[in-house]
Order: sequence, then structure tokens, then C-alpha cells
Amino acid sequence: MEDAVAAARAGVPRLDLRRIRKVYPTVIANDGIDLAVAPGEIHAVLGENGAGKSTLMKIIYGVTQRTGGEMYWEGEPVEPENPAHARSLGIGMVFQHFALFETLTVAENVALALPGHPGLRELARRIETMSARYGLPVDPRRLVHALSVGERQRVEIIRCLLQHPKLLIMDEPTSVLTPQAVAKLFETLRRIAAEGCSILYISHKLDEIQELCHAATVLRAGRVTGTFTPSRETPQSMARMMIGKDLPAYERGAALAGGEPRLRLLGLSQASDDPFGTNLEDLRLSVCAGEVVGIAGVSGNGQRELLRMISGERMIEDAAQVEICGIPAGRLAPGRRRRLGMCFVPEERLGRGAVPQMSLIENALLTAARTMRLVRRGLIDFAAARRFAAACVARFGVKASGPGVAAQSLSGGNLQKFIMGREIMQEPKLLVVAQPTWGVDVGAAAFIRQSIIDLRSRGCAVVVISEELDELFEVCDRIAVIAAGRLSPAKPASSTDVEEIGVWMSGMWPDAAAGAAEMRNAA
Amino acid sequence: MPLRFEARAEASARMRYGSPLVAVLLTVAGGLVLFILLGRNPLHGFRVFFYDPVKDLYGVSELLLKATPLMLIATGLAVGFRANVWNIGAEGQFLMGAVAATGVALMFHDSTSMLVLPAMLVAGAIGGAAWAAIPAFLKTRCNTSEILVSLMLVYVAQFVVSWVVFGPWKDPQGFNFPQTVMFADSALLPVLIPGTRLTVAFLIAIAALVAGHFFMTRSYAGFQMQVTGQAEAAANYAGFSGPRTVWIGLVAGGALAGVAGMSEVAGPMGQLTDHASSGYGFAAIIVAFVGRLSALGIFFASLLMALLYMGGEQAQQHLNLPPAIGQVFQGMLLFFLLGADVFVNYRLRRSRAAP
Repeated sequence: MEDAVAAARAGVPRLDLRRIRKVYPTVIANDGIDLAVAPGEIHAVLGENGAGKSTLMKIIYGVTQRTGGEMYWEGEPVEPENPAHARSLGIGMVFQHFALFETLTVAENVALALPGHPGLRELARRIETMSARYGLPVDPRRLVHALSVGERQRVEIIRCLLQHPKLLIMDEPTSVLTPQAVAKLFETLRRIAAEGCSILYISHKLDEIQELCHAATVLRAGRVTGTFTPSRETPQSMARMMIGKDLPAYERGAALAGGEPRLRLLGLSQASDDPFGTNLEDLRLSVCAGEVVGIAGVSGNGQRELLRMISGERMIEDAAQVEICGIPAGRLAPGRRRRLGMCFVPEERLGRGAVPQMSLIENALLTAARTMRLVRRGLIDFAAARRFAAACVARFGVKASGPGVAAQSLSGGNLQKFIMGREIMQEPKLLVVAQPTWGVDVGAAAFIRQSIIDLRSRGCAVVVISEELDELFEVCDRIAVIAAGRLSPAKPASSTDVEEIGVWMSGMWPDAAAGAAEMRNAA
Repeated sequence: MPLRFEARAEASARMRYGSPLVAVLLTVAGGLVLFILLGRNPLHGFRVFFYDPVKDLYGVSELLLKATPLMLIATGLAVGFRANVWNIGAEGQFLMGAVAATGVALMFHDSTSMLVLPAMLVAGAIGGAAWAAIPAFLKTRCNTSEILVSLMLVYVAQFVVSWVVFGPWKDPQGFNFPQTVMFADSALLPVLIPGTRLTVAFLIAIAALVAGHFFMTRSYAGFQMQVTGQAEAAANYAGFSGPRTVWIGLVAGGALAGVAGMSEVAGPMGQLTDHASSGYGFAAIIVAFVGRLSALGIFFASLLMALLYMGGEQAQQHLNLPPAIGQVFQGMLLFFLLGADVFVNYRLRRSRAAP
């Protein structure tokens, strides 16, 4: 009792977790976790995939119930039974996996999450105000299925902010934002925190945590392994706390000179088949054997359309506008393009990059059947497929009990590792990757990036489309920017920097001026 | 205490395979209630419906005879259903297979060649496949719904049958009945057990079941069909051809339905009549789903469905019930199956008192 009184005097924490335990049939996800968040505090929770961060957040948000321990909300013991209950307490959460209805508009999706029955027109205005204020551009009238991953995340953030929460849980919110937008979001978050709202900030990005957060808690294997003040640490010391060892440095030789072009975009122009999509205008790019070319840009600027046209999921009218390994490929089906030596990692993992209900063995078959000779005379060689899947699991450190488990039972980061491994191990001539390390922890991301560099050093041409500039600068030999359906020239990574690319991401590269002026006139 | 459905975190494997059994038990229970409401002794009704049809060898042979076309058709349909290709018109494909096989039988009416039957089998398969090719062509070319097109073609097929048996192929000595001449012996399938009507078509059906199982589980084409059914975006991403999936799905169903049609006209019927089908093409859809689209499941489900057919006939004769009684049982089975399937992904929870 005396403790409680003292706590009240010192300022009761907004959220106080004591010895939280969560036991699943096969694993202990949380094993006695203590965590206290003061009002107005931005508190980082960091840890590798499977460290128990997501489980802890789900307990706080009422998605799942704890097995043991106590939870106090503003000094009162609480049991969030479900997310609606948590929201009524004043807890908001932006998930890593979005919970949006694809067939509804942005405004309708937001309306569903709000108590009462707000009018859609009034709501659309509030969304627009909110999105302008926090630098999260999104059109409330658009259908969600037409939105890119980044845009969907903006909807989630806005949806939470509209409920004026007292505690905001953000699960890796910056993975799809430009540096400028991240800076803007941080301003927003600081403003929200200054108004008294607490923020639980889950991230792998150590520099962000250092820049933004007041306090941090490190989880490893379901336990707290450290609490610290980010401003007093270095990214290296934080990484060591998180993965228990030092991060490896990247080894890269110089790009091979004079490799033959493996992917060429020759004035690719195509209207999007989605009225809210981005029309591509005169894209020109050449990617040669032995180099990694990055395409930076805020999601929703044509990446989705471009990827589909490179992969063959969307045909283009003029076959000559996309050339793969010297062959005009614009009208070839995806299977034919794979046979030319292309491998491809899409931005959606479950449902596109992998079949959720199928095992990793069957998911290995999905794209590697021909290249890895897993099919003989039309029959599946299951033993070979199992060997390939097991090799992929082992080499890329996929946390799974074996290759026989269903893809949907893997966490997002682990599935990403598997898909990356599956495509890289086919030793393609051309690899096209969207968001190679999205949701993957620091250690595994470093391994994936090194694998991309190694692949390129063996003579593969690699295209990386990513919204993480740091990642692009780590792996790429040249970097181009896509903005509003136009592609900048690719600049050697050594002769540019984050600031310049950041400016380009808003569409302002040197010879874009003419095009931009044209667009202004048209608008 | 109010009840509500709650989504399960993971689909229940136990309910997935248990639900067909639950559906069968509920159908039986529903049957008992039905007999009581109709003023019949439920135990007697039960005996007439479910036991009398199979109490001797002849009964069992009749059961297998009726199960044969169901097994054939359901096996073919399952190939398409796995890939979300919804062929609802197996009834029409069955009829067109019967018509094509009859054409061959009539053309070689005077032949005693051993090759007449194989030719009829091939003709039946081609006839059914060709009928199923129409929705496949329209679906891949014009993106029409294969559900509607295949279903509507059933009625067209029925008119084709009527036309040939009322017109060009009518038996001149048939007292104007809408039927062809009886086939020559060379055009009739050999009987498997002497003294019964069960033909070698049953073995063909078993072979088709095994082949279908092999195709779906071991072949790359079957794998592609399954991927298409479970995650279409993944199939596009992997570069599996969408039109090919539609073609395989529809043509497999059509060809096997056509073989089933052939096995009827060249088996128990021995001729083509205006009533060549007893709704096998529609019943086989229920069989495919009750059997969970798997070979073993389809085997047992087609036996069950055949029993419902025979029970329905017995109930007409001995219980003085209308012929619709058999269809009522079929409908109950599908209804309870769909109901029980809800529990694969949901469970019933008592809602807690409002806070």
C-alpha cells in the first residue's frame, strides 16, 4: 500500500506490466516481463524476430490473454478482453500486418473502427485534415485493395490517431516511409507525446530509436535482457544487447565492369488498369550482370505497377519496352520470364510469394520446380523438394521446426527469409526484389543483404525496390528513384547520399524539371 | 446464456474430417424425425431406407452400380473444384457422353468387333469433354462465369437427348417410345458378377479414383491446380497459366462425366432414352464435397449417395412415400454438411455478460 501511495505521488505510470507470462502449447513467448511506460513517454521495445515483442503488444491490446502476471492501467489492474475493450481504455495500435477491409474505401474502413456512426463525408474531411497535419497523404475515397503497403499503413496510423489514444502502440511504423516522412512522423509522434499520450515504439531500426525514444526495453527469447536510455548508447551497443553479439560488416568487391544488360526498360509507358493506380511514363533503366541497382521511392509512386510489369503478372502493350536477358519480354507470361533466368520476390509474402496453407516443401516447388529440377516427367520429386526446402531453411536461418510446416505458421520475417532464400538459391541471372528485409530483424537482414551482394558478385543482375534508404545504400551499386510514375536516372551510390535521394523522392531530380512543369500545367 | 460464433485461430483438422460424419449422423436423425412426421414407424422406415437395399449380394451389387457414375463424375469434378473451377454442369456432360457413346453403338450396330466398346468409351469421354469445353472456352476468352454457362448447358443437353430419341435415332419398332434400339451385345459392358447388373465400369471408376488421386498429389499439373485454388495471386506470381487451369478443371470433369454417361447407356440401360440420367451429375457435386474432394472420401460418399438413391426407391415402393423423399435426404446431407463445416473455422462460445 505504501508503495502504491508513493507511486501515486511520483506519478503513476500510464501502463505498468509486472512479470507478464504467456505460454503457448509449444513455446513460452513471454517469460516474466516487466515494463513501465510513463505518461508522455516514447518507449522503445526492441528485439529480434520471435523475441516476444508482438505477443506482449497483443496482450496489452487485448488480442490475446496473458497466462500470468499483472497489468496496471493508470494504477488500476485491468484485463483487456478484446481490442474494443483496450480501445475503450485509450489504447490504440498500428499493426505490422494490416487489418483493413480490401473492398471498402479508406473512409469506410476508418468508420468501422470508430465508436458511434460518424458520417462518411465528415469523416473524410477529418481524415484529410489529419493526413495533412501529420504528413500522411491518403485519399479517403480510395478503395483499400488498390493501396500499396505503405499507403495502407498510413490508413492504419490515421485510424488510430482519430481516436485520440492515451497509449499508442506502433509496430515498426517507419518501414515504408521516406526519410522526410519519417522525420515528419517523428515530429508528429513527439507532438502526440508532448500532449501526454504515451507511445510504445517497436522497431528494429536502432538509429530511429536513438533519435526518437526516451527509454528502451530489450527483449530476447521472451525475457527482458536490458533497459537503457537510447541517447546514451550507440547503435552498435544496442545491436549487441539485442542479438547478443556484434553485427557483421558487409563484404563487397567492386561491381563487375562490362556485364551484359540483363534487364532493360526502354521507355516503358503504361496506363494503370486501376483508376487510382499510378501511370508509368517513359521509364528507362538498364541493369547489367554483376551490379545491384536500387529503386527508391515512397510506396504508391508506381512501384507496384512496375513490379508487375517486370514480373509478367501484368502484360504491357509494346513487348519491346521490357527486355529480359536480351529478349523483348513485355508480352511473356511470368513462367516464360522465369525460364529466361529471372527470379522475383514480391512485396506481399502470404498469398502471393507463398501459399499460406501449403508446407514449405510445396512452397519451394512454387517457383523452383524447373530451375532446381524438382519435377521429372511431370511428376513431383518430393524428396528433392524436401531437400531443397530444408537447405533453404538451414542456410537462411528460417525459424521453423522443419520444411513440412505450413507457410502461414511462420512469422513474417521468417517467411521473408524463406522466400528470399528460395529465389536466391536458384542462382538466377536476374533477381528482382521488393522490400528484401521488410519485417526481418537486424541480424537476418544483414545476412539477406550480404546474400544479395554475393549473388551480384557471382554475376547476377539485381534490382532492389525498397523504401529503406539505408538498405539501398548498403547493397546497391547504383540508385534510381521512382516518383509519380517517373524514374530518375540511376546514380552511382558512392556519388550520392541520403539527402540527395530524399529530395529526388519528391520528384525533383535535375532533368525532371521539364516533366514536372508539364504535370503542373496538366493539373 | 446467449451463444455466438468465434473464429478459431486455426482451422480445426478434427472438424475438417469429422464434419462429413457429423453430417451423416444428423441426416439419419433428420430422417427419423421425417418418418415420424409422416406417420410412419421410424424404425421400419429406417430399415426400408438404409438396410433393405443392401441386405443381400444383389442389393450390394446394385449399390455399387449406382455408385459407379457418382464416383466417376465426382472424381472429375474434384479436380476442378480444387482449383476453384466450378463445373456445375456435369449432368449435361453426362448426357452428351451418353449421346456420343450411343452414336458409336448405333453406327456399329452390326459389328461384333472387340473395338466397339473402347470406341464408345472414348466417344463418351470426348462427348462430355467437348460439352465442358464450351464453358472453358467462354471463360478463358470472354471471362464468362463457368458456373452459369455449364449449368445452362445442362438444359441444352437434355434437349439434344430428347431430339435424338424422338427424332433420328428413335427405335422404329419401339411403339413410338422416346428411345433408341437396344444395343448389340458387342456394345454392352461385360457384367462383373454373374446374376447382377454390375459391370466393369465399376473397375473403371476405381481406376479413375486412383488416377485422380495420383494426379492431384503427385503431378506438377495437379499441384498447380491446388495452388490456383488456394491462392490465385501466388499462382500468377509463380507463372502458372490461369487458362490452362480452367481447361484442365473443366475438361477433366466433362470427360469423366461423359464416361459415366457411356457406362449407363452401355450398362444397366442398354439403350439411350429420354430419361438417361437420374440426376447423377448434380448428386456428384454433393458427393465431391461430402468426400472432401479426396479419393477415399469420394469413394465412401458415392456409396452413401447411392444408398440414398436406393432407399428413396424402396421408400416409394414399401412406405408409399413420394419419389422426392430421396432428394430430401440428399438435400439434408448437403445442408448438414455445410452447417457442420462452419465449425471447421468457427466455434460456439457463450458470450460473457455485458460489462
